[in-house]
Formats: sequence, C-alpha cells, structure tokens
Amino acid sequence: MPDVSRVGDDSMRTGRAGPSHSRRRRRAVAGVAAAGLLSSVLAACGSDGEGVPTLNWYINPDSGGQAEIAQRCTEAAEGRYTIETSLLPRDASSQREQLIRRLAANDSSIDLMSLDPPFIPEFAEAGFLADVPDDVADRVTEGVVESAIEGSTWDDELVAVPFWANTQLLWYRESVAEAAGLDMSQPVTWDQLIEASESEDVLVGAQGTRAESLTVWLNALIESAGGSIIQENAENPENIELGLTTEAAIRAAEVMKNLAVSDAAGPAFSTENEDASATNFESGEAGFMVNWPFVWPRALAAVEGGTLDASVPEDYGWAIYPRVNEDEPAAPPYGGINLGVGAFSEYPELAFEASECIVSDENQAYYFVTNGNPASSAAVYDDPEVLDAFPMAPTIRDSLELAAPRPQTPYYNEISVGLQRSYHPPSAIDPGLTGERATALINAVLAKEQLL
Amino acid sequence: MTTTTLPPGERTEPKSAPPQEFTDRARSERRLGWLLAGPAFVVMLLVTAYPIAQATYESLFDFRLTDPANRSFVGLGNYGVILTDPLWWQSIWVTVFITVVTVAVELVLGFALALVMAKALSAIRPVVRAAILIPYAVITVVSAFAWQFAFDINSGFVNSWFAWLPGVSENTDWFGDRWTALFVICIAEIWKTTPFISLLLLAGLAQVPEVLQEAAKVDGASWWQRMRKVTIPNMKAAIMVALLFRTLDAFRVFDSIFVMTGGANGTESVSFLAYRQTIARLEIGLGSAVSVLLFLVVVFIAFMFIKVFKVDLSQQRGDQ
Repeated sequence: MPDVSRVGDDSMRTGRAGPSHSRRRRRAVAGVAAAGLLSSVLAACGSDGEGVPTLNWYINPDSGGQAEIAQRCTEAAEGRYTIETSLLPRDASSQREQLIRRLAANDSSIDLMSLDPPFIPEFAEAGFLADVPDDVADRVTEGVVESAIEGSTWDDELVAVPFWANTQLLWYRESVAEAAGLDMSQPVTWDQLIEASESEDVLVGAQGTRAESLTVWLNALIESAGGSIIQENAENPENIELGLTTEAAIRAAEVMKNLAVSDAAGPAFSTENEDASATNFESGEAGFMVNWPFVWPRALAAVEGGTLDASVPEDYGWAIYPRVNEDEPAAPPYGGINLGVGAFSEYPELAFEASECIVSDENQAYYFVTNGNPASSAAVYDDPEVLDAFPMAPTIRDSLELAAPRPQTPYYNEISVGLQRSYHPPSAIDPGLTGERATALINAVLAKEQLL
Repeated sequence: MTTTTLPPGERTEPKSAPPQEFTDRARSERRLGWLLAGPAFVVMLLVTAYPIAQATYESLFDFRLTDPANRSFVGLGNYGVILTDPLWWQSIWVTVFITVVTVAVELVLGFALALVMAKALSAIRPVVRAAILIPYAVITVVSAFAWQFAFDINSGFVNSWFAWLPGVSENTDWFGDRWTALFVICIAEIWKTTPFISLLLLAGLAQVPEVLQEAAKVDGASWWQRMRKVTIPNMKAAIMVALLFRTLDAFRVFDSIFVMTGGANGTESVSFLAYRQTIARLEIGLGSAVSVLLFLVVVFIAFMFIKVFKVDLSQQRGDQ
C-alpha cells in the first residue's frame, strides 16, 4: 500500500515550483495514492483473481501447527480451495469476544474458526455456526474420544468438528513422590497430595488465579465429587439451576480451601496460572501439579535451550488427575479446540471439506507431536511417533475418557466469571457459604439484576 | 509580600462579550473562522456526539449481542440495576482513589520536572527534555506489562532489590492483595503520565513574565518566596488545565488494571466494569448504561473544574 503520509510530504516539498504546477503535481500524486489504495483494498476483499476460493481460518495462537496444517490441506485440495489463517488473541475469552463481535455483524470472512469448547453452545445458540451435514458428522465422530464429541455437541446435535482434545494430568516429581512414600500407580487424592507436599516441603501447583483456569479447577473438583455446576439446564437463563450448594460442591470448595491455606500453596497462589505452576514445577519448588500436557514439551525445550537441567524432565512422572473422594474416580478437566464453520461463510461446503482434512488422524498426530496438543482421535494414541514424543500419551487418552466438560450453556461466560468472583481468592473460600453466595450472584446476573 | 500577577488589562483573555455591530472585516473573519473550524467541528460531532447518542439510546434497552431477537425496551431499568449494585460503587471508589493519588503525585513530580526542564543548562536541555518525555511515548499496555514483570513474584526484580524495606520480602505477591496491587497500578500510571503534566506545566512556566521575577529579586525575595508569590499564582491557569486534563484521563484508567490484575482483588475501575458488561458479557444495554454513567461523571468533573475552579481553557492556547 502506498504510504500516504509520505506522499503528502513530497508534495509539500515541491513548493518551490509555481503554484499551479505544484497543485497539479499534488493532485496527480494524490490520484496515484488513491488509486493504489483502492486497488489494494479491492484486492484484500474477496478471493484472488484466479477463482480459487480462499477459506479464512481463525486460529488460536500455537507453535505454528495450525498454519502448517492449513498449508498441507491447501496442497491436498489441489486447487479447489486455499486456506489462510488469521490469528486470534492469546486467551480464550478474548478469542470469543473477537469472534462474536465479528459474527454478530454477519462477517462472511469467517469460514473456519478454532473454538474453545465451553463457548460452543453460545455460538450455536446465536446461530453463528453452520449446520454440520449428517454425513460429515458421522465421519468426524468416528473413533473420537467421548469428551471431545460431548464438547462439540449442543442440543443433542453435533455443531462443531472435534479437533484436538486436552486434559489435565497430575504431574509429579518421581523423587518427591518416592520420598513421601506415595504409590503413584494407585489413584491419589487431593488430601494425600497436600499431606505429602507439606511433609516434603514442596508446593502443589494448581491454578488459583482469577481466570478461566479457576473455573476449570472448580469444575473438575465438583465433577470428581459426583456433582455438577449446572444441575438443571434450561433455555431461559433464569431457570438454570445451579448445583453449588450440593454436598459435592461443598466438598470441592473444601479441597480448594484446604490447599490454598496449606503450606503446599505458594505465596503467589492467588495469582498462579498454568505457566506459573509449570515454572514452579520446573524449578523444583513444586513437587506436584495439575496442568495440561504442554508442560512436557515446555520442559524439553528448556533443556534444549540450556535453561533447564536434563535431569529435571527425567524426574517427571504423570498420573490421572487426583481424586476428591478416595472411592470415586476423578473427572479431569477437558479442554482443547473444536472447529466451527461460520454461518455467514460463502463456502460452507468447502469449509467442512477443509475441516475434515484438518482433523485427519495424520494431521492430529503431527499437531500432537510438534505442538503438544493431544488428539481427539483415539487411533492417534497408538502412533509410534506420538508415543515416542509423548510417553504419557496413554495416560492422556485414559484421562480424556474420564474427563468432564465445563457447564454447557450459552451463558457460560456469566457462570464462569461469576464463579471466579465468588471463589477467588481460594484461601477466602467458606465451603458452607461460598456456594450459596455464588448461586445468588450468578442467578442475579443471569436475571440481569446485577453487574458482573 | 502579596501575590503578584499582571493587571487584568495586560492579559490576553478572549473578549467573550460580542460587540453590538460587526464591521465587514469582523464578519468576514467570523465566516473564515467557521470555514476553518467547521470541518473539524463536523468530524468531532461524527466521532463523539454520534457514539454518545447511540450509547444513550442503547442503554434504554435490554439487549444481548447474541440474542438480538429478544431486545426489549426497559427505560431506565439498566441504570437502576447499576446504581443499586455494590460493585458499581466499589468501582467508583477504586477509580476515585487511583485518580486522586496519581494526579496528586503527578502534579508534584510534574512540577519538579518542569522546573528541571526550564532551568537545565541549555547544552543539556534537549537531552533532559527527551529523557523526561520518554515514558509518555511508551504505549500504556507496554508500560503496564513492564511494571507487572518488575513486580512479579517469579520474574520480577523488585522483591529481591527492595527486600530490606519493611513489608517487602522475597514472597511478597504484589498482585495478590488489593492495596499492593493498587499501589503498583498507581506507580505505573504515575510513571507513564507525569511527563504529560510536566509538559503542560512547562508551558505555564514559560508564561510567567520575567519582569515580575526580576522585580521580586530586586525586592530581595528568596527563591521560595518567588515560587509561592510570583511563579505559582501566575501559572495557576496552566496548573488547573493540567489538573483537569489529567483528572479526566485518570478517571478512565483501564489498561494497567486489565494487564496487571484483570480486575481481581477489588481493583476494578469504572471503565473496566463497562468493558466487562459490554464486551465480555455482551450485554450491550447494561454496558452502554455503565458507559453513559461514566461519561456523566467525567462531564461532572469537567464542569466542576471549569465553573467552580474557574479554569480558563484559553490560557493554554499559547497566545500570550
């Protein structure tokens, strides 16, 4: 694009020539600038001149995996379409905000989008997602782990294409677990972890910061205790019945509080996010942590970069998420990304075709190995390359089978932010009261009687 | 010794009372004035009056961006919800706190820096001015991140450098507590915008007539007496304008809070509340009402400054 400000400078420098000459020249320059601007604007709109449709894929930031997959699928399409990626903001809530603002204005440039599962019901309910054709739905759910299908479903219909499925594991330092006498081949509880950490003078890494990760943690605890944040879902937000005062939710709040006030919580627990947990775990300050699998490639990269000793990742152990009650299986967090096709896209058929290419087993395996994002397709976990790069892959697959999604509702943002306001800081939780307060707040917010 | 300012007749205050009869020349000058200012005026209307009008209109509706079909008129209902919510009042007080603290500190620091810039040796004056102005050139989000990293418990250096101070230790989590978080937010704001206030005050310093200073010197006034009786009274208008601009600016604080705490631990400002309702919660009606209330508070501040403290904006036109 021509630099218009420079053009202005140039025309002003011609002041020494006669006035009429200068004016003519200025007009000519302005004309050229306008024409250049116009042509570049026109080129930016629509697809390129050769008639090959361009699919815009709005992606969340990663380590370049989605851009590479877009490239591969463009090549595989042999000229039927090309996929271009557009980068969304870093955190999930900002991604949602940007996509919704665009879609509310019927933006037809959104063909494909990488969606965080908790926000999928909101997009579907608002009519922002194109209907998934039945045959596509059949193909993209075949051999896919249950939690990923659940996370792509709203109102009993598949509304997004499962792409990659994430889950949190319990990471531990083998040396610490051994010293504390914990048998990590058996399921462990939160209480055991706190006790072991206190005896070994290490921290338990968990996400106590006021952010989406706090909801992730709380949801996993409540689900592990046999409850649910939403007990009775309803179309009318005012009729949504919350399960925050149930026995399970009170028990979950107790676990949060116990950890937050124990010596196993670091001084910055109320601002600890996933990265801070990983940092503490790498430094050895934390002996245990619940976190997503990205911590594995992160540690290996640090070793390669020379900032971490090679013995550190060798000491890493992993297990299924801790239990709340000894006799009930854990319900680990579920996350990841699923693909939505924009309702206002000009090429929905091609977009679905592209999405099938993107989520192929081959691409999921590539994405898992290079970017550390686990596949939603169960078959990928048997890929030798995956097993080589992620020795914990079988544990991830087992965890995904147990994983419970966060509450599925178009009003997820209100519920999540309401929970974060009520349960933060975790050290101030009153297990008997916080649930009641959160219920009152969220109900008032859903009835639009209170600010958030 | 009494306060010394120039007699009113020597000031170039605009003559606000219009003459009864315009001469041809005056009329054509007025027309030229309108022609010159008109386009800017129209643009201002488009980019400010129109959004304000639209926000005011939207604030009367219950309207969720993802559910336009169920948009309904609620009159002043949204305002009722906001004004009866403790969160609104908490945000107001947080905002007032940040505004008062930052503007007060900035005024003192800014004045000192303006004196330094005015009195610095001419050889190093450009360097001093550039050095003082650098923070103002930094984008607010970038400055917020820089201060956040400095105070961060893991990556920051503040805890280890200032561990000798009482209350600061290796384990101080600055963003985990309301008052320490507000402290860091205020520091970031002060660092970033003191140059702005000092620039306005430097312009005010330049307006103080040298004759008065010399007269005071001849009368044997000390530096401090000259400062109190000559310099400050003569630049009162510049001080008030600087205060007005910074107060209006400070009241809209958003970036530092967004970056540093995300509103946690009771650090939400009014702008942040508006953002959360409109952008995150997608409640356009409720969010617009918060924005309109914020706008009214800002108008009220401006009104107080101009009518009660009699700030004369024309003093900043540089026409003296």
